[in-house]
Amino acid sequence: MRTPIAYFVMLSGILFAIGSVGVLIRKSALLIFMSVELQLNAVNLALVAFSRMNGDLRGQVLAFFSMVVAAAEVVVGLAIIVSIYRRRATVNVDDARELRW
Amino acid sequence: MVAESVGLVPDPNQAMQVLWLVPLLPLVGAVINLFVSKRLGKAAGWLAVVMMALSFAVAVLAVKGLLDAPEGERLFLKHLSDWISVGSLRVNFDLRLDALSATMILVVTGIGTLIHVYAIGYMDGDGRFGRFFAYLNLFVFFMLMLVLGANLLVLYLGWEGVGLCSYLLIGFWFDKTANANAAKKAFVTTRVGDTLMLVGLAVVVMKFGTLDYEVIFGAAGSTLTKSAATVISLLLFAGAVGKSAQLPLHVWLPDAMAGPTPVSALIHAATMVTAGVYLVVRMHPVFDLSPVALTVVTVTGLVTAIYAGTCALGQDDIKRVLAYSTISQLGFMFLAAGLKAYSAAIFFLVAHAFYKALMFLGAGSVMHGMHEETDLKVMGGLWRRMPYTAITFTLGALALSGVPPLAGFFAKDAVLEIAQSNSEWGYYFLGTLAAFISALYMGRLIFLAFYGTARSEAAEHAHESPPVMWIPLVLLAVGAVTVGALATHPEGLLATFLEPISGLVPEGSEGLSTPVFYVVALLVTFGGLGTAWFVYGSGRVDWLSLRVRLAPLHRLFANGWYIDEYYAALIVTPGKAIAAFTAYRIDVGFIDGIVNGIGSAFRRLAGVGRNIQTGFVRTYAAAVFVGAIAIVVYVGFRL
Amino acid sequence: MNRLLTIVTFLPLVGLVVIMVGGKELKDDAARWITLVMALATFVVSLVVLGRFDQGDPGFQMVEHATWVKDVGLQYLVGIDGISIWMVLLTTFLFPVAVLASWKVDKDVRLYMGAMLALETAVLGSFVSLDLLLFFLFFEAILVPMYLLIGGWGGERRVYAAVKFFLYTMAGSAFLLVSIIFLYSRSGAVLGGANTFDLRQLGEVGAAIPLATARWLFLGFFIAFAVKVPVFPLHTWLPDAHTEAPTAGSVLLAGVLLKVGTYGLIRFNLALFPGASKYFATFVSILAVIGIVYGAVCALIQTDIKRLVAYSSVSHLGFVVLGIFAFTEQAVTGGVLQMVNHGLATGALFLLVGMVYERTHTRDLAKMGGLASVMPWLTGAFLFAVFASVGLPGLNSFVGEFLVIVGTFAVNHWFGSIAAIAVVLAAIYLLWSYQRMAFGPVRDEHRHLPDVSLREVAVLAPVLALLLVFGVYPKILTDRIDPSTEAVIAHVDPQGQTTDVGDVQLRLVPSELSLPEEEG
Repeated sequence: MRTPIAYFVMLSGILFAIGSVGVLIRKSALLIFMSVELQLNAVNLALVAFSRMNGDLRGQVLAFFSMVVAAAEVVVGLAIIVSIYRRRATVNVDDARELRW
Repeated sequence: MVAESVGLVPDPNQAMQVLWLVPLLPLVGAVINLFVSKRLGKAAGWLAVVMMALSFAVAVLAVKGLLDAPEGERLFLKHLSDWISVGSLRVNFDLRLDALSATMILVVTGIGTLIHVYAIGYMDGDGRFGRFFAYLNLFVFFMLMLVLGANLLVLYLGWEGVGLCSYLLIGFWFDKTANANAAKKAFVTTRVGDTLMLVGLAVVVMKFGTLDYEVIFGAAGSTLTKSAATVISLLLFAGAVGKSAQLPLHVWLPDAMAGPTPVSALIHAATMVTAGVYLVVRMHPVFDLSPVALTVVTVTGLVTAIYAGTCALGQDDIKRVLAYSTISQLGFMFLAAGLKAYSAAIFFLVAHAFYKALMFLGAGSVMHGMHEETDLKVMGGLWRRMPYTAITFTLGALALSGVPPLAGFFAKDAVLEIAQSNSEWGYYFLGTLAAFISALYMGRLIFLAFYGTARSEAAEHAHESPPVMWIPLVLLAVGAVTVGALATHPEGLLATFLEPISGLVPEGSEGLSTPVFYVVALLVTFGGLGTAWFVYGSGRVDWLSLRVRLAPLHRLFANGWYIDEYYAALIVTPGKAIAAFTAYRIDVGFIDGIVNGIGSAFRRLAGVGRNIQTGFVRTYAAAVFVGAIAIVVYVGFRL
Repeated sequence: MNRLLTIVTFLPLVGLVVIMVGGKELKDDAARWITLVMALATFVVSLVVLGRFDQGDPGFQMVEHATWVKDVGLQYLVGIDGISIWMVLLTTFLFPVAVLASWKVDKDVRLYMGAMLALETAVLGSFVSLDLLLFFLFFEAILVPMYLLIGGWGGERRVYAAVKFFLYTMAGSAFLLVSIIFLYSRSGAVLGGANTFDLRQLGEVGAAIPLATARWLFLGFFIAFAVKVPVFPLHTWLPDAHTEAPTAGSVLLAGVLLKVGTYGLIRFNLALFPGASKYFATFVSILAVIGIVYGAVCALIQTDIKRLVAYSSVSHLGFVVLGIFAFTEQAVTGGVLQMVNHGLATGALFLLVGMVYERTHTRDLAKMGGLASVMPWLTGAFLFAVFASVGLPGLNSFVGEFLVIVGTFAVNHWFGSIAAIAVVLAAIYLLWSYQRMAFGPVRDEHRHLPDVSLREVAVLAPVLALLLVFGVYPKILTDRIDPSTEAVIAHVDPQGQTTDVGDVQLRLVPSELSLPEEEG
């Protein structure tokens, strides 16, 4: 029996929510990144699920795009975080406040 | 009383062809002296004199040419150059020689030359000797342009120009602030009148399309309504009131005595101040159309004559007595003009020019001999020490007081005679009163200054002035004595000469009979002189304690009835306050405040706005999140 | 040589290029001389333009045209007429004078001189442009070099003054831009072709637009020029800008820049929107009259001599605006004449104030006194300029003031009379300030100040000479201005009022007397 698509979508939603909460609440840049990854994976799951539902492969292709972009983004992002860490010995996002009025 | 139409001189002589030399020569003298006076030294003064004398010579020859022409054809017009030409409005540098301007140029150049000669002695040793003569010559240039102009704008050019020179000359010794203030006061006060006159010119242009005398005189009767004539006359008269120091714009003249005495003689006695009288006489075709304006002229002149006479009684400064006297005498001239006795007014002008200039120069001579002292209280008995000055001055004083057969007798009585023969009894009575006061203050002046005993060291050791100063005095005295021959009763020389320009003398047939009239006049004159002798000259009255007893009255007269103080309180002080309020509270505070306010409003807006940029990463993240949700919801609901 | 106008306009820019090419190695003196030479060369070329100018032709002459962006209708279109010819000459005359007056500037000389040259091009361009957008370009281009001059070499509050000047003027011209573009967008429909910015054709467009719209457009143009002139109450940038600017900056600001505003009123407001001009004439005249009196009253109480002259400019330019909107030949010509006269007279005053400042290092009248005994020639020249400004007949400002008063009086007695009040006030504030500066006792620290130097004589003499020449023979100017103002007035066509004050139908007694015009 096929699993109802609703379950996948719900799982995707829950994962996205957890990821969003993580982005908004976390103080460590690394953890924020992990949450972003969680969001992206949630979206990927939703894409594949809908692809399955509609029988259209374009969803899966889009998921691939998403994964590639996520990988690229992680590379750049982690590089910046490492660079910041080297400068300030912290990855606390609240401490990087200079770019303000 | 419309002027008869005057025709052009049929065959203008050489002098008339070069009429422009008359004003040009002093101008050349002025320019030369302005730039090279330092190198000329004393010659600067003689250069100025030579220019004046040459100008006088040309003037005499030109007037002779005018006289040679038959009576109805004594008008010469000369176009010098274009000036303003916009649309149909054309105003050019044109000169006009007729009986009136002929009289004026002779007075200006003739008496002017004598004053220039005198000034060489008076200003001897001054650091800016040459400059003085430059300004003096420049003044004569402008005055000549004023009287020779063929249209109102050339007159206005001269009018303002003499104001400029008056400013430069009153404030000639400018290191004293008081002198500079006097100069500024003179210019500003006359400017008030001048501005009203300028508006008058605008009305003339509006009505006639031109400022040329010929057009205006010819068309006045047919173009102007009574009210238009009144408006124009009053506005022009306002200019005259300023320039001729009549009430209420007279306040500058007494202060103008701060200038060197030749200036007072030339400008503030003989010429510039008479420009107002000239203007009224010149524009009489317009004035004649407005009885209201004529009444204003008469009343102003009369009130001023009496007012200034009383003030002269209260002055201790010899020049200030003469200043108020000038104001008063000018009032007489306007009295005559307002009664349409224009040739009488001009005759008075000529006579007054002689004896007032004489007295001013005499006063300068007294000052010269008393080391610049002007206070009458410390003079006395000067006739022994400075006989030439004393005799000529006395002649001038007697002339002014109306002692026959000196000039003033004919002048004053011409005016009063016309008043009473036309049954203007109010004018006659008040005019006679003014004449009495004139005799009174003149007597006071000569008795205090020249007769009696010397009241101070300086008076005891005074010395006569050098010949370069007393010779002009003598010449002027001769004039003051003889000019009466030109008397203006209807058959008089001057009257007939001026008649085509000034109209007939209004001969009434009522009033006192001639012998009675003259008896009254002589009573007034000798009464005034006699009273003055009794109080001030005979030694029988302690006039100083008399003054103490009459203190409030004396103070009133001495302070010019406090008019200066009223002006200061009503105009100057509030004026400054208004200016300060406008400049600081309104302009900087309010208007600029709005401008700066707009600027700071934007800054405050920005100040509020930039709080969005917290620098706080999580704020940005939250904003992105909320925005995304909003978009999704919006799209979702649309679908 | 049919490119004369372009040469005149861009010759200063050539100088700028030379200076830029010279770079850092260019010596200060070289920069000064290059600028002076280019400014004088521009003046000479403008004299050639004057020589070729056809006096009787009321239209635009020496028109040059080059297409820029065809599809949009952008073009380079320049021409000159009786009104702008004298603006161009005033500009090219005053700039060498200003450069010579700036000889003593020693900080960043190359930049200063470069800014002057750029400014000259921008101003000349504004006066000769016949294309609306091209005009706007030059109009805005004026702001930057002026801002630099004020902000870089000015007095104590220079930055505030410069920024205020810049922002205020630019805010005004925002309205101008909108109006221009709106007019442009309508032009195609009215003219039956492509949209255009050509001034000569837009005259028709302006007449065809419904009055309600035309009024808004008029206001749009008016606001920009009103700031520039300045018209009360948009004038408050002027006292600060004039006071804080360096001497040459003040001279040029008062002498030339302000005239761009009044020029714009004639060239654009009157020519493009005759109906709206008539509608707003009373309103503008009221503002002008208020400005005349207000400026004079504010000047009365000033102790800073530059600020005093600045307020007097507000007053004098009120005369110009009043004259322009009276729509009589005498008034409008008088207004244009005053544009030239005021430029010279106030320019002279600022030059002299600058010379006094260089010696005494103060602009405060309370700290001066008795300078006439120390520097007779300088104060003598100052007095001459004062009397020119006061409107003494025989000097130039009188003719313009007289024409404006007479021309305005004929159509509105009140405006003419109130404007005359300024004549008295001008005498008061100018003579009083002159007196505080020149008369009275001398202060010890001023006792040994030098009188005018040769360079200063070279700066002053031409200007003062013109004050006299134009006062005695204004025909040189009015003969060329007249045909063009006649055309402008005819275009505005104010019915029911007289347009030529001298043309009065009289019921004259025919007089055989006429002044002998032909006599030598």
